[in-house]
Amino acid sequence: MSGHESKYTPNSAFERWLDTRLPIIRFANDTIITFPTPKNLNYWYVFGGILAVCLAIQIITGVILAMHYEASVDGAFASVERIMRDVPYGWLLRYIHANGASMFFLAVYLHMFRGLYYGSYKAPREVLWIIGCVIYLLMMATAFLGYMLPWGQMSYHGSNVITGLFGAIPLVGESIQIWLMGGPSIGNQTLQRFFSLHYLLPFMIAGAVILHIWALHVPGNTNPTGVEVKDVEKDTVPFHPYYTVKDAFAIAIFLIMFAVFVFYAPGVLGHADNYIEANALVTPAHIVPEWYLLPFYAILRAITFDLGPIDAKLLGVIFMFAAIAVLFLLPWLDTSKVKSMRYRPVARQFFFGFVVVCFLLGWCGAANPDAAVIPALQGEPSLVVNYTVDGAPASATYRGGAEAFEQAKAFMASLPEGTNASLAAVPAPTFAFRHLSLILTFLYFGYFAALFFIGLTEKPKALPESIHKSVLKRKPKEMGNAVPAE
Amino acid sequence: MTTETHDEAVDEDRRNFIHIATGSVALGGAAMFAWTLVDQWNPAADTRAASALDVDVSKVPLGGEIRILIGGKPFFVRHRTPAEISAAESVNISILPDPESDEARLRPKADGSLNKAILVTSGACTHLGCVPVGPSQGNTGDYGGWYCPCHGSHYDTSGRIRKGPAPSNLPVPNYRWVSDSVVNISL
Repeated sequence: MSGHESKYTPNSAFERWLDTRLPIIRFANDTIITFPTPKNLNYWYVFGGILAVCLAIQIITGVILAMHYEASVDGAFASVERIMRDVPYGWLLRYIHANGASMFFLAVYLHMFRGLYYGSYKAPREVLWIIGCVIYLLMMATAFLGYMLPWGQMSYHGSNVITGLFGAIPLVGESIQIWLMGGPSIGNQTLQRFFSLHYLLPFMIAGAVILHIWALHVPGNTNPTGVEVKDVEKDTVPFHPYYTVKDAFAIAIFLIMFAVFVFYAPGVLGHADNYIEANALVTPAHIVPEWYLLPFYAILRAITFDLGPIDAKLLGVIFMFAAIAVLFLLPWLDTSKVKSMRYRPVARQFFFGFVVVCFLLGWCGAANPDAAVIPALQGEPSLVVNYTVDGAPASATYRGGAEAFEQAKAFMASLPEGTNASLAAVPAPTFAFRHLSLILTFLYFGYFAALFFIGLTEKPKALPESIHKSVLKRKPKEMGNAVPAE
Repeated sequence: MTTETHDEAVDEDRRNFIHIATGSVALGGAAMFAWTLVDQWNPAADTRAASALDVDVSKVPLGGEIRILIGGKPFFVRHRTPAEISAAESVNISILPDPESDEARLRPKADGSLNKAILVTSGACTHLGCVPVGPSQGNTGDYGGWYCPCHGSHYDTSGRIRKGPAPSNLPVPNYRWVSDSVVNISL
């Protein structure tokens, strides 16, 4: 907490000299050594540290990759292949960078779900939460820009879809789209500006991370009880060694998992189509973004109806951006004063439902929107012969493979002249992924609306008096001998 | 030493003049420079110059098509067979999702006549911008024109949408007949 007194004492003549000129050692000491941290943080609180490591890995590998990469439509794909084949350890650096993006998002999603569960967005941490949302937005922009750089098929056509989203804006959409692409379509000029921005944004993320930590250190960490620190002596421990060691252990486990992807399944999170050089004349059959953007892609495609003057395409774009914008408003949408879901029996159930909805949206984003969700329950398509009897329309339906076709043909041949018989294949009614996506989209937004109303009516469980009381209560036996000090 | 200067009367008008003048120069300069920063992303002169192309349509085989990129955008130039032309002309326009006659989708030559054999359309599906497959890929869809493999849109031999999720016909680009065998297509 910002209010905590500095415990730093300069020990040498040099440190004393520096402390009166640039108190940087004091700052570091107060920030990462003695900073009082709630003593009850669990492993869901390690992802902040993991994310800092992810950002460092991405910047280091990215700066090196930029030394070998060529940002031109003629050279980009070949230079990436050269990195993979010819540059010493280029394959390793690129695989770390490509999988690092996925690991970064994995960690950020766990970090965000942690914040949602323990109410980290609530007063006095609204600004901390909003800066976090800005970082997430910057991450998505950086990932999108970076995905274009290999100049593969998915790079090119995925970028086409995303820049096309801006074309859906009424009146000025096309001008904005041309402005973004710097020409009538995605070309060399687009690749160069995207590369420049892809290099820039991580440093903006780093800047936002500094603000994020600053905003964290004003009120201090939340903790699983949601009860604020009342007694620094009893409720907190110094950040070092307690959380430096705990974070370091978690980072090591995380990096082992990271390494498993890099060394044993480096391509599993990517898409094979991106190893084909971009070709504007051939579209991949199925354009999908990377896994971490799939839920938003599902929301984008879920909207297939017009709403008044707003057409389906624009409405999909609005919903997709609203899905992110709603996170910024969350501190004011949740009306409950109780932070942690541990003590919110109703909201807790909704939270777990929300997590499931996010996963299912990801599943929908990866699927063909017109495919059946459960193919086993899919009915059979039928053949329908439409004809007229004395001017009135009539039809006959046939089911079952080639036989049905022959029967339908025979029936058509048997009809008298002038009945205008025609044959049509009618697909069976399908519960397709776009239907599921639409339901899930409303559930996604429904969660935030639910938080507003649940907060007004829910009766929370009794909160512990303080952090240290909650810790002692949980482990009465082990702590039994140590309790007298209390 | 300082009393001397502090005794001097402060001329508020002079101060305000300095503040407003400096602020105006700074704001005006910032606004103008901001415009530079925004406008440099617009298409450059060479990019705009590359937005038209002369295409020799006499090279297109009968019943086939060529696919060209202008400024990175795909276009189809199709040499239609008489059967394909009559199929395009004989459709009852009122049943089409995006009603348009075949003639309305052709551009007259300099003498005002139509070359019905040559059809020029955009090569981007109006659904999500995929490039449909056509005669060269061996799949022309249910209506003999083009088929979009992404989400199953079928176009007829006039490039009109007939079936599938695409909302409208393949747009006809700006083009004009330069001579009997050359068209100039521009974005």
